[in-house]
Amino acid sequence: MKVTDIRKDFPVLDRKLYGKDLVYFDNAATSQRPQSVIDEWNRITAQSNANIHRAVHTLSQECTDAYEDARNAVKDFINAPSREEVIFTSGATASINLVAYCYVEAFVNEGDEIIVTEAEHHSNIVPWYMLCQRKKAVLKVLPVDDEGQLKTELLDTLITGRTRLLCVTHISNVLGIVNPIKDIVAKAHSLNVPVLVDGAQGIVHSVVDVQDLDCDFYAFSGHKMYAATGTGVLYGKKKWLEVMPPFLGGGEMIETVSFEDIKFAAPPMRYEAGTQNFASSATLKQACEYCNLLRDNELTHDFEQICLSMENRLKNIEGLKLYGIGRPGRPKAPVYSFTIDGVHHEDLAILLDKMGVAVRSGQMCAEPVMTRFGVTGMLRASLAPYNTQEEVDAFFKALERAVAMLR
Amino acid sequence: MTLKETEDQIIEEFSMFDEWLDKYEYIIELGKSLDALDESAKTEDHLIKGCQSRVWLDWKKENGTLVFSADSDAIITKGIISLLIKLYSGRTPQEIASSDFSVVEKIGLRENLSPTRANGLVSMIETMKGIATANL
Repeated sequence: MKVTDIRKDFPVLDRKLYGKDLVYFDNAATSQRPQSVIDEWNRITAQSNANIHRAVHTLSQECTDAYEDARNAVKDFINAPSREEVIFTSGATASINLVAYCYVEAFVNEGDEIIVTEAEHHSNIVPWYMLCQRKKAVLKVLPVDDEGQLKTELLDTLITGRTRLLCVTHISNVLGIVNPIKDIVAKAHSLNVPVLVDGAQGIVHSVVDVQDLDCDFYAFSGHKMYAATGTGVLYGKKKWLEVMPPFLGGGEMIETVSFEDIKFAAPPMRYEAGTQNFASSATLKQACEYCNLLRDNELTHDFEQICLSMENRLKNIEGLKLYGIGRPGRPKAPVYSFTIDGVHHEDLAILLDKMGVAVRSGQMCAEPVMTRFGVTGMLRASLAPYNTQEEVDAFFKALERAVAMLR
Repeated sequence: MTLKETEDQIIEEFSMFDEWLDKYEYIIELGKSLDALDESAKTEDHLIKGCQSRVWLDWKKENGTLVFSADSDAIITKGIISLLIKLYSGRTPQEIASSDFSVVEKIGLRENLSPTRANGLVSMIETMKGIATANL
């Protein structure tokens, strides 16, 4: 399969901006949706649209089927042991918050510790900070080295008898390093500490097998893996989901209700209170199918070549500093964050936009990473397999012109 | 020149650019030629933080008018700041408070003013309005 075979599936890629062909290099924030995802959302919205899990009428059944089919698809995609361990949320942020409220509320007491890493997105820092404030617990941080690699050798000393959870990103949205999750989980488990993995980027750029990783929780969003926005997943081990209290109370998360006593439903329903975003969540099925399609050998090989050329050319630009350097066993995903001496990231992003190139700039919801590397922001170009060598060429042409204008 | 006349003049200047990049080239030049704020004035008090660029805004009262000086670490933002200073510095609080600040939109730079935490420009305009109102 060639990149031209898949590009036609993404209508938005034909857009022109300011008379130039769009170069969409902000995939780490939101990926574009293939036609199959768009069609499924439209089909449900135009033809079925009824509340799931409740009514016996046909429209409701159709929507329920689409929603629950997506759960099966996600279960297979991440190799979860059972569909009951796949909870639908509004995104990775909601998934992490759910754990921060449900799991940790039940297991964390004053003086206990939660460990996060220096490479986390705010979504995997703020919920833990808030929890620690509520519970008078201690937030500890696993640092990264100058190449952006986690100093995993420090885990032995960082983890203590008071550590209740280790929260780590699979792939940092800034540094792009694929962290050795399996090793980290094994280490934490050997010290009786469960692990939550922020998989917002990991689900896109690696083959995720939650049983092989053995993590306790794996959180990700749909909109970065080609599904509709407002969708997300929390995978959790059954042993935790069955004993955790619910987060939100309301419709469909109960078994019986009286004013004196309420019995909660079993997972996953226990954690899906209220009317769900079913038309969007249903598209996770088509998104998983599309991710599998993108694993085509020829396509993967060609994409790796494009990414290699991207990384090498970045390194050759004078005054450019690339953050997050891959090493054997801990490779770099196509998430390229950089700064250029004497040029502000915001100025670059504005000018690139005017030349049709969409990139991210700023702190990227990861202020501690910015602080770690002593910058106020970075520019980030993040690629998806539908990006082409021509787009990489156009990106560098635009970048060089923008730098020349600003210096 | 009245505020209205200065606005019209700036809108006229910007109407000459057909190409987006030419427009930005001009703004970059404005940014480069605006005097930098003294480092001692770049205090936390004067800092308007954004996710993207940082803006420092200082002001004083002079003969019944408000005199602004400002700076940014991003050159395009600084260019727009230079326009805002040309427009509003040395005006009375009444003049500033009654302006709708729509000139930035009229010269086609609206995307630089999206109401997000993305840059400090929106907050800078709000702060200028607030200073004017407080000095009425």
